[in-house]
Amino acid sequence: MELGHLVGLTGTPYTFQVDARHIRQFAQAIGDANPLYTDESYAKKTIHGTCIAPLTFPIAVMPDEGEALQLDLDYRRMLHGEQQFIYTRMIRPGDILHCTQQVTDVYEKAGKNGSMEFIVMDTVMHDAEGAHVVTSRTNIIYRPLAT
Amino acid sequence: MLEQATLSIGQVLPAYTKAPVSKVQLVKYAGASGDFNPLHTDDSFAQKIGLSGVVAHGMLIMGFLAEYVEHLAGDIAIVQDFRMRFGAMTFAKDTITCRGVIKELFEKDGKHHAILTLYAEKGPEEIVGSGEAILQF
Repeated sequence: MELGHLVGLTGTPYTFQVDARHIRQFAQAIGDANPLYTDESYAKKTIHGTCIAPLTFPIAVMPDEGEALQLDLDYRRMLHGEQQFIYTRMIRPGDILHCTQQVTDVYEKAGKNGSMEFIVMDTVMHDAEGAHVVTSRTNIIYRPLAT
Repeated sequence: MLEQATLSIGQVLPAYTKAPVSKVQLVKYAGASGDFNPLHTDDSFAQKIGLSGVVAHGMLIMGFLAEYVEHLAGDIAIVQDFRMRFGAMTFAKDTITCRGVIKELFEKDGKHHAILTLYAEKGPEEIVGSGEAILQF
């Protein structure tokens, strides 16, 4: 395995303030008009009790430019294979999220053009009280370059 | 919106078709998500690597499935886990349809849960992504 050394690699912790405007723009880009994201009086009557962010919003909860975890890999070989969000609770406007990125696993599988490696990277997000909110799990495929 | 009491395993849920993906949408999604890979916004860049033009962010397509799932959850269910595996690429002007099937129903901690199998397809039988969501009622 070429990438086994990456397991355990951890980024600098960062905080991210979730604001209502960002949630609105994220939902608008998707074309998701669900009032759950923007209309507090509607959201109050739902199981959530308050506005929430769209399910894929954690993907936008990134460190500032230049501060992301650097894997130093060949970007031409990287493919976003899978994405998972594991929620303890939904993200809400006003949340201050304390986030850490870490490579949690690397494994290998035989592919058509040689072996491919898979990198599992977690961004774990806790709220200001220290309670878990969501883990965003990205699975990156690292494939041989086409020859 | 789903009604927990009426769900059954294997039940096919109503499909949902999005408006075609537009280039403006890809620029908006780049801004909102912070993913500025030119593959998604710059046709000449995409053509240099042998594609016909810009490719939609995989996460935008997952966002479509999220919209579908949250709509199904309505005001009575919370999505606890949501995952997707990316397949074929989506290009500008492609139209994505979201589909769902009830895979499993179970009770945990006194609460009803449903596992949904999800698909995003462009055109008949052409899957651009498949996934799963766990809903708690």
